[in-house]
Amino acid sequence: MPLPYSETVMEHFRNPKNVGRIEDADAKSVEGSPACGDMVAVYLKVDEASLRIKDIKFESYGCASNIATGSIITELAKGKTLDEAKEITWQQASDALGGLPPIKTHCSVLAVDGLRAAIENYEERHGLVKERTATTVDEVMRRLKHVMNPMVGLDLVRTKVVKGVEVSDGVVKITIDLPADHQFSANIREEVSDKIAPLWDVKTVDVEFVG
Amino acid sequence: MTELTYLDNAATTRLDERVLEAMRPYLFETYAVATSQFGYSPGIEAKDALDSARAKIAERMGASAEELVFTSGSTEASNLAVKGVSMALGEKKGRHIVTTRVEDFPVLYSARALQKQGFEVTFLEVDELGRIDLNQLEQSITDATILVSVQSANQEIGTLQDVAEIGNICRNKGVLFHTDATHSFPRVPLDVNIAPVDLVTVTAHLAHGPKGIGGLYVRQGTPLGKWMDGGFQEFNLRPGEENIPGAVGFARAVELVTPEETARLQSMRDRLVDRLLQVPNSQLNGHPTWRLPHNANISFRFVEGESILLHLDMRGFAVSTGSACFSRSLEASHVILAIGGNHERAHGSVRFTFGRFNKDEDVDALVQAITDVIARLREISPLGKGE
Repeated sequence: MPLPYSETVMEHFRNPKNVGRIEDADAKSVEGSPACGDMVAVYLKVDEASLRIKDIKFESYGCASNIATGSIITELAKGKTLDEAKEITWQQASDALGGLPPIKTHCSVLAVDGLRAAIENYEERHGLVKERTATTVDEVMRRLKHVMNPMVGLDLVRTKVVKGVEVSDGVVKITIDLPADHQFSANIREEVSDKIAPLWDVKTVDVEFVG
Repeated sequence: MTELTYLDNAATTRLDERVLEAMRPYLFETYAVATSQFGYSPGIEAKDALDSARAKIAERMGASAEELVFTSGSTEASNLAVKGVSMALGEKKGRHIVTTRVEDFPVLYSARALQKQGFEVTFLEVDELGRIDLNQLEQSITDATILVSVQSANQEIGTLQDVAEIGNICRNKGVLFHTDATHSFPRVPLDVNIAPVDLVTVTAHLAHGPKGIGGLYVRQGTPLGKWMDGGFQEFNLRPGEENIPGAVGFARAVELVTPEETARLQSMRDRLVDRLLQVPNSQLNGHPTWRLPHNANISFRFVEGESILLHLDMRGFAVSTGSACFSRSLEASHVILAIGGNHERAHGSVRFTFGRFNKDEDVDALVQAITDVIARLREISPLGKGE
């Protein structure tokens, strides 16, 4: 098999599970990354008493790793409570798929984010959200852990390229220890902005490359 | 395993057996390096073979043999052209070059490398069909301009530029003109006596010739620096032992490309485009007529290119896509973006390029496969559900 994908990935790509939409869904999310262009929609049916996921479906406008992750993540989430499902990590999804090529990580993370966003959507709709808190450096760092350094397939925080984060007056300034003309700089900039900009009190995201 | 229907002939092509036959003696019998007429006989024979290959390829573009420098391929040829001119004229004449946003990587990144050395580079825009504006080109040439480099044909969308007119403009302004003809030579006729070009990049492996051999046409008298150090081969412009089997194979490959064959590829291509544009929400990328005869590039909305490619691979078809997911830098095709396309258009773009070994029935089989794959992927897409 000359393709970089495992047999499991290819199987989920060929015959994805839980594909489609739920018309009377209790919650839904649409996650998209303009950098890669991939999009994922996740639909949930939730049992109100037990907060257990009764049914889950997804749609993908994406590449093979995106489709395969959508398929596996919905398999993993089905039957779990919202709190349990929220804890499913990208690593678990990737392991269940027999691994993904490093460069494809970000398309796959999108599907995991899609599940979380759908759960948050349910919580918002059903008044389960805790107080809104102001964005902190910690929260920014937490989100940067979901932005991949495509060179190695690990996130920006783990690969130690985040040099600094400043948060003040709705302006988030992030310095990245990579050259501005780095092969992936444009991609990283968009991905970072994508993760940080939706925070409710963030007005501007400023990404600077200083390598 | 299904038999592979290969439709990625702009990436590389299958070697023609007749080319291999022509090369064989220079791998096993006359394997000596080219020597002067005072050397040993295999060396003299090798030299004759090299000269004769050079003459045949040069003739195909109306040039004389001593105007063709063999290189390892088109990347090296374009580097020699762009960097060679900058070395020869950067100090003497000026430090400005003009090229386009849609060039392939060898010219694009040679130009960017010069930028870092302090050269000024104008990257011309193209219109929505991929063509440059000749007035804009003319206006961009200044007293400091030493080179204009505009491709003959685009690697992705197949759009042809008006090489003769661009050459006339450059000639009138007294500026050297390089064209990257990697994707057009020898299928699209080029005559350096009609089109006033000074430097032309060509390669063998896109026309069923061997990999690892290309060339640069250098019009007599064109100032060119030697940017790689070594021996005195190739008119002291390209050091390194000559790739004689490669050169012989290149010449044979050029001979084997005929207008009749090209017309056959074009008719398959036209049929494919007609049929695929009947798929709802599809569009042709590139120019409808100023176009490489064997290239089709179509965007399908609401679906992603790598997924299309993998599904087609499972059905035995090899094609290419401009989707960011498929590229090594995770960036969408710079060509599709330059013609005003958005990420979405690049995301679902598929390039089909025909070659000698494609058969008429490939078109029908491909249309069937594409139609199925697009329908299937649209079914699972969150977009285009008519909301």
